Amino acid sequence: MGVELAKLPKMKRRRITRSAVDQALAGYLFVLPALASLVIFLLGPIIYSFYISFQHFNYLDPQAATWAGLDNYLHLFVDPVFLQALWNTSLYTLIVVPVQTALSLFLALIVERIRGKSFFRVAYYLPSVTSSVAVSVMFVFIFGQTGLLNNFLSIFGIQGPNWLNNPSTALLAVMMIGVWTTVGQFMIIYLSGLQSIPEDVYEAASIDGAGGVSMLRYITVPLLRRTTFLIVVMGMIGTFQLFDTVDVISNGQGGPIGSTMTVVLDIFNKAFRDMAMGYAAAMSFFLFVIILILTLIQNFVLGRENQ
Amino acid sequence: MMKTLKEKKRMGIGAILFYVVAIGYVFVTLSPFLWSIYTSLKPTSEVFTTFVPWKTLTLSNYTYIMGQFPFARWLLNSLIVAVLVTLGNLVVNTLAGYAFARLKFPARGFLFYCFLAIMMIPGQVLLVPIYIMLSQIGWIDTYQGLTVPFLMNAFMIFLARQFFLEMPKDLEEAGRIDGLSHWGVFFRIYLPLASPLLAAQTILTFQGNWNSFLWPLMLETRQHMYTLPVGLNSFYGQYNAYWNSVLAGSILLTIPMVVVFLVFQKQFIKGIATTGIK
Repeated sequence: MGVELAKLPKMKRRRITRSAVDQALAGYLFVLPALASLVIFLLGPIIYSFYISFQHFNYLDPQAATWAGLDNYLHLFVDPVFLQALWNTSLYTLIVVPVQTALSLFLALIVERIRGKSFFRVAYYLPSVTSSVAVSVMFVFIFGQTGLLNNFLSIFGIQGPNWLNNPSTALLAVMMIGVWTTVGQFMIIYLSGLQSIPEDVYEAASIDGAGGVSMLRYITVPLLRRTTFLIVVMGMIGTFQLFDTVDVISNGQGGPIGSTMTVVLDIFNKAFRDMAMGYAAAMSFFLFVIILILTLIQNFVLGRENQ
Repeated sequence: MMKTLKEKKRMGIGAILFYVVAIGYVFVTLSPFLWSIYTSLKPTSEVFTTFVPWKTLTLSNYTYIMGQFPFARWLLNSLIVAVLVTLGNLVVNTLAGYAFARLKFPARGFLFYCFLAIMMIPGQVLLVPIYIMLSQIGWIDTYQGLTVPFLMNAFMIFLARQFFLEMPKDLEEAGRIDGLSHWGVFFRIYLPLASPLLAAQTILTFQGNWNSFLWPLMLETRQHMYTLPVGLNSFYGQYNAYWNSVLAGSILLTIPMVVVFLVFQKQFIKGIATTGIK
């Protein structure tokens, strides 16, 4: 009996360690597929890409690759196409993000107050489930000289331009497509944010005599700060990667006269139409840094709010 | 109590105005679709006539493009790729998310941090190296090239981990006492309870892949390997004067996803709302 009791803690310890080993093995096995994918299709390629961004590397003649040092990166700042692409993309982000954020908040506030929420959610989200290529093709037709938009404008006596063939309106038209596509998605996120605001906050405010507008200004908008921030950053990351629409509407050219050239379209053209892959890799790292800064700002602010 | 205040909000001065604005925006979202469908049914001679008699509307543009272009093949390619990528992601991300939430193993925190970190990497950085890699092993214009590199998604791993963290731990202990292995606990206890997670993941992954354009454009160079968006883009490039046919193609590309969306709308809306929880 005495002997048996003395054995017990030892046995128990052995069982725990065995179970810990089992658990660790299961853990590694469960993570293995994801880890393999991470190493093979992310880490490896990124390191390789970083390496070739310092080379003059043309895919048509990979043997002739030579060390370029910082040439590719320095060339970015004197490449008129890239500078125009960077300008267009920044302008697109600067205008689309505030407009789509404000519009999606506005629609969420309205839909929250009326019947038929699920109908409006579905109707507003429809553009977001549609293929960007199909959307772009539909809008090229709508933005035509005699298209639906100009027909509509002519009701008010406005003579609309040939939107996508005019260098001063093409990017504006692309912006409208961008806003149209994403508003529904962000409205849904706002709606779920609105529903998480406790009702008694409004009740307390209404007892204190607050009206609709001041409730909106002093309660709803400040309490939605986190959601707004998330939507703004998601919006900026998304808009900075604009490719599909401009590739389809300009047939890959970024025209008319460069007015719809974006950073990613430029990367794609340099890499796969000119085969200048070293230079394209350098461009993509430049884009990486911009997106990294945006994401770090997001994590920093959200992290601070969590504390 | 809650109702009364909501009711009060609804009865406010602008109630009618709210409906007008909300329905007005429905027209903004739907009119491009309706206009495209309408145009896709017009005969070529009438494309730029604003209103045509009902009798002249025809489905011939649809049969024409189905006959002239391998739309059926593109549809099949899109389906194969989207289904395989979605299935793969479900397995890979759910297993990893579960392990990070529920299993203890050395370097768990570090590995999870690695996955968090890669969420910041924009996919465009990978275009050039992955193209070189896949073309070197002959995977351009193959199904494996369109699926294998896309089987993992760090954000979905993050979502899965959150989901399993929020589930009660007692379940696991009960299962262990009943003699289940770690696999058993996952497959018999947690997985059957994870359908909301799996639904959100399926929908977001399928939708993203079905509509994906940039990567397929790079990886599909031969017509018979095109997925629908790439196919439609090339069709549009050649036939952009035939608006009725081009728009018929757009509608063909749109309909399957819209049907899936309408059938699973609740899960879609929930899935989108979860992307807001970070």
